[in-house]
Amino acid sequence: MTTLSDPPHADGFRLSLLVRDKRYRSYTFQAIALIALFVFFGWLASNAIRNPVLQQAGIDFGFLADPAGYDINQQPIPYTSQSSHLRASFIGAINTLIVAFLACVTATVFGVFAGVLRLSNNWIVGKLMALYVEMFRNIPVLIWILIIFTISANVLPQPSAFRGDDPEASPILGVAALTNRGFYLPRPYFTNGIGAVPDDVPADGGAPVAQEVASIANWLIVLAVFAASFLAVRGVNAWATKRQNATGRRPSTFWTNLGLWFVPIILTLLILGLRWEVPELRGFNFQGGILARNSLIALWFALSIYTGAFIAENVRAGILAISRGQTEAAAALGLRPGRVMSLVVLPQALRIIIPPLISQYLNITKNTSLAIAVGYMDLTGTLGGITLNQTGRALECVLLLMAFYLVFSLVISAVMNAYNASVALKER
Amino acid sequence: MKKSVLLGTVAAAGFAAAGASAATLDDVQDRGSLNCGVNTGVPGFAAPDANGEWQGFDVAICRAVAAAVLGDPNAVNFISTTGKTRFTALASGEVDLLARNTTWTFSRDTDLKFDFVAINYYDGQGFIVPTALGVSSAEELDGATICIQTGTTTELNLADYFRVNNMSYEPVPIENEAEARTQFLAGACDVYTTDRSALASVRVTYPSPDDYKLLPEVISKEPLGPLVRHGDSEWGDIVRWTYFALVAAEQYGVTQDNVAEMATEAGDNPEVNRLLGTEGELGAMIGLESSWAENAIAAVGNYGEIFSRNIGEESAVGLERGLNALYTEGGLQYAPPFR
Amino acid sequence: MSDTHAESVAFVRESVIPPAPPPAKEAGAIRWMRENLFATWFNAILTLVALYLIWVLLSGVVPWIVNGTWQGSSLAECREILQGNGGGCFAVLRERWPQLLFGFQYPDYLRWRPVLAFFLLFVAVPPALFVMFLPRWTLIVTAIYPFLAYWLIWGGTILTPLFAALGVVAGYLAFSFTERRGFVLGLAAGVVTALAVWWIGGLLAGEFSRFLRLEAVVSRAMGGFMLNLVLGIVCVSLSLPIGILLALGRQSSLPVVKGFCVVFIEFVRGVPLITLLFVANVVLAFFLPPDANFDLILRVIIMITLFASAYIAEVIRGGLAALPKGQYEAADSLGLDYAQAMRLIILPQALKISIPGIVNVAVGLFKDTTLVSVISMFDLVGMIRGPILASTAWAGIYWELWAAACLMFFVVCYGISQYSQWLERQLQTDHR
Repeated sequence: MTTLSDPPHADGFRLSLLVRDKRYRSYTFQAIALIALFVFFGWLASNAIRNPVLQQAGIDFGFLADPAGYDINQQPIPYTSQSSHLRASFIGAINTLIVAFLACVTATVFGVFAGVLRLSNNWIVGKLMALYVEMFRNIPVLIWILIIFTISANVLPQPSAFRGDDPEASPILGVAALTNRGFYLPRPYFTNGIGAVPDDVPADGGAPVAQEVASIANWLIVLAVFAASFLAVRGVNAWATKRQNATGRRPSTFWTNLGLWFVPIILTLLILGLRWEVPELRGFNFQGGILARNSLIALWFALSIYTGAFIAENVRAGILAISRGQTEAAAALGLRPGRVMSLVVLPQALRIIIPPLISQYLNITKNTSLAIAVGYMDLTGTLGGITLNQTGRALECVLLLMAFYLVFSLVISAVMNAYNASVALKER
Repeated sequence: MKKSVLLGTVAAAGFAAAGASAATLDDVQDRGSLNCGVNTGVPGFAAPDANGEWQGFDVAICRAVAAAVLGDPNAVNFISTTGKTRFTALASGEVDLLARNTTWTFSRDTDLKFDFVAINYYDGQGFIVPTALGVSSAEELDGATICIQTGTTTELNLADYFRVNNMSYEPVPIENEAEARTQFLAGACDVYTTDRSALASVRVTYPSPDDYKLLPEVISKEPLGPLVRHGDSEWGDIVRWTYFALVAAEQYGVTQDNVAEMATEAGDNPEVNRLLGTEGELGAMIGLESSWAENAIAAVGNYGEIFSRNIGEESAVGLERGLNALYTEGGLQYAPPFR
Repeated sequence: MSDTHAESVAFVRESVIPPAPPPAKEAGAIRWMRENLFATWFNAILTLVALYLIWVLLSGVVPWIVNGTWQGSSLAECREILQGNGGGCFAVLRERWPQLLFGFQYPDYLRWRPVLAFFLLFVAVPPALFVMFLPRWTLIVTAIYPFLAYWLIWGGTILTPLFAALGVVAGYLAFSFTERRGFVLGLAAGVVTALAVWWIGGLLAGEFSRFLRLEAVVSRAMGGFMLNLVLGIVCVSLSLPIGILLALGRQSSLPVVKGFCVVFIEFVRGVPLITLLFVANVVLAFFLPPDANFDLILRVIIMITLFASAYIAEVIRGGLAALPKGQYEAADSLGLDYAQAMRLIILPQALKISIPGIVNVAVGLFKDTTLVSVISMFDLVGMIRGPILASTAWAGIYWELWAAACLMFFVVCYGISQYSQWLERQLQTDHR
């Protein structure tokens, strides 16, 4: 074909061939594109180099090792104002991941609920869910975050309202206090087990690091027991299926499974001596327990409810995309409606739901950067906020910030795409 | 790889061209207006009034410089900056002058490559608390929840203060004055901390100012002043001496009302004569007209007038002169001789 | 039928009995309720829960609206008028309405200009949105609009937008005259002509800056909901052509072009918009010539446009990929070169498929313009968070303001997304 449209020229190479001949044209274009790129970036760089301040201050990441000098309220790992900016950024990154993870979980729950309920036969529930979806999808998430933040700061009682003999507010069930600074919840801790704190010493006494390690070890034990239960239940189910295949009757496993789930875990917790540390009003604030700050709550709740609306639409679209014939065929086989959903429709719908779900998770992660609007100390708040402000190293901080999100997004999408490929329809 | 090669080649070209970095004075005169970075809104220091005109103590510095350089105190573009954007705005050339109650610190002066030209307000960090909290000293604040503006020196001072006094606190970082207000008034923090001048200025805007009080402790030195880019000393000199002209004017009794009269002919005081251009050629030495100081004073008044109009005891903010009185009256404001 | 039966059956009814009404529980509202609300006990519980939720919502909202007052000039006055009857204090909206719409810096005697531009939008946009129902010449109105709107909102001499438009027209004419001699040549001629006209126009506009002059407004003065609309519309319109180019580039067989497009798109999609706004806010200024006066809004427009174009590119790439391979091959077999094939065959179809996706991106982007409040620009959200909530008169009011903000965004976004769904149905040519 090439020979027909571009007959070889006997008189060899001429300059006009660079534009007219298909064989050379692509090189010409690429060369032009490359030069244009060079010129453009060169222009940007030369502007930067000519900037008098940047010229003298240079680009230097050394500031990351300097003491940060500021305090952070939510510290998943130990930190003081004398720790380095790098450590502060690290805390920020962990906080980003914490809120992203929490929001992904709850958004999925909200989304699946709303998506399935919107398809329900129940007219009023369907309309209510449609209202939820449309309302949250069409209003910016930043507004939702700020609304929830403002309302929780203004509507909930101050800690001082819990004070006195006849307080205006009292903790829920005496253990959880919802204040306008955040939710103070009871914190579980262990009195037995590895390196545990004795019963009579308050949990915040003793060497913090050792206690931290001990507590992690204990939680690992709990987790291991949980995993063992899970495996055991799966074993029982597999055995039941085998029996069903052999005899045609499925033995009842309900009570066995219930026991396998709960008995070991309850025993473990009893042996480890689980206690709850209840927050108490001391001084200005509640002390002890877990504090979920206002900023975390606002960000978490707003992101989940907002993204939940999008996920609901994905779920609905996924279920609707399964052709009616599948449902009818399943019904013709005599499956009950619940089993039609769980055995026939959902497995197929999942394949359609998962790719958009991944991009919603990525959206959540990226939207956690809105934390800066409510002062939640995520990476944008530490590295892109206070560190940037205090050191004035804008270029370096923004570069690192973008690199983090970029790497994180690429990793998640790679992992999720791998998973997606594994559930995709195998065509042979 | 592409980019690094490119950066290298362009870098060489760039450094060759860099010697010719433009002088700020020429830029301002060509443009016909001064780009001045100010706060987003602290009553008394820099805030737009009901007509959208910027007013305040810091704003007056901008207007004085514009009057000195361009002869027109209204030839100013006010660019509001936050704690985060202020330094980039100055470094990138978006503003020529930053008059945004910025604390003069070692690292800002050296590492960030700025020049603080003067101190127009000697301040210190303080705390404001609701009276109902029953706190009378900052040392009783162990365990308190404290609202701080991020990106300011107050954040670092606070961390130091609590560390030194072996107390703990719960920081609530906030972006700007408006947010601090909503959080603090809603009781989402027990204490709000920032420069005492700003605390006094916001307290009067609270619904019931008497329900709030400033704690006596001053936990830091906060010398606030205008700053310019490092490396353009001519421009720095202009801003510095415009400011000193305002201070000197107060010392020698030159006011907004009498400056025109005093500048018409040389008077008894040679320093005033030199200041107002009736004697000597001080204006030419910094590349301005001889009436530069006269223009600045005529535009905004002398330092004392600026102070009392915007933040002094007669104004809504109601700050005492204190450290900011002239040195002759026991304060720290002092202008080097004009000669 | 009746004949045969007449002989074999003893009794035959001569007339048809009128249809009996269904039993009471199978008819009308009762049946509807039984089927739609109380089909199963689980459904009944859901219904009751839903009814309770609706009751809670309404009992909060209705008194708030009904008892609300529009009088008063501060929160304290407002509370006095309300006497604690649970009503909303909508006076804040009445008093601060211009600020919510225009920010606090746009000169108040010039507000008619953006308002006019806003209403002209309803004249200018339909030709593009309903292109299949309106005559094609109406598209001229759409084409004129951006230049007119620029003149109205920013002011200055009319020569600036006029020459900008002339440059585009001249470029297009030069392109269509030389195109037959090759697409590349045509493109080059078009670009050169447009640049020449712009250059001359720039000189002329500088010379006659008082010709048909509207008072100029700096972009710093923009604020309120107007800023959201301006950012949204400008950035989406600018990002469309860039997005198309990026999508084509990503499909290109030229490794340099393709590589650049892939890296650009994946980079932009991998970082949050906020970080790009930080770039606009604190970094970009270093990379632009200091004397060029790129103010913050311009820098933000650049970054949001880049952001949107990456997403639009992905949508269009989806459209390109959805086209059957036969279309590409058909174009090749007709002997069309790349530019012709794209312009005449591929892009019209691919764009048609992508329109709903593009509209979704546009809605998302419009919502994301609120993020500029984080970098201390006073858009609608910025106005509420900043000047209004900080003012002595209105500190402590929030439901009313946020409800207004929600309503404004909801109306615009819901409208656009309904349009998108309508369009999707219009474009659906397959039969399911």
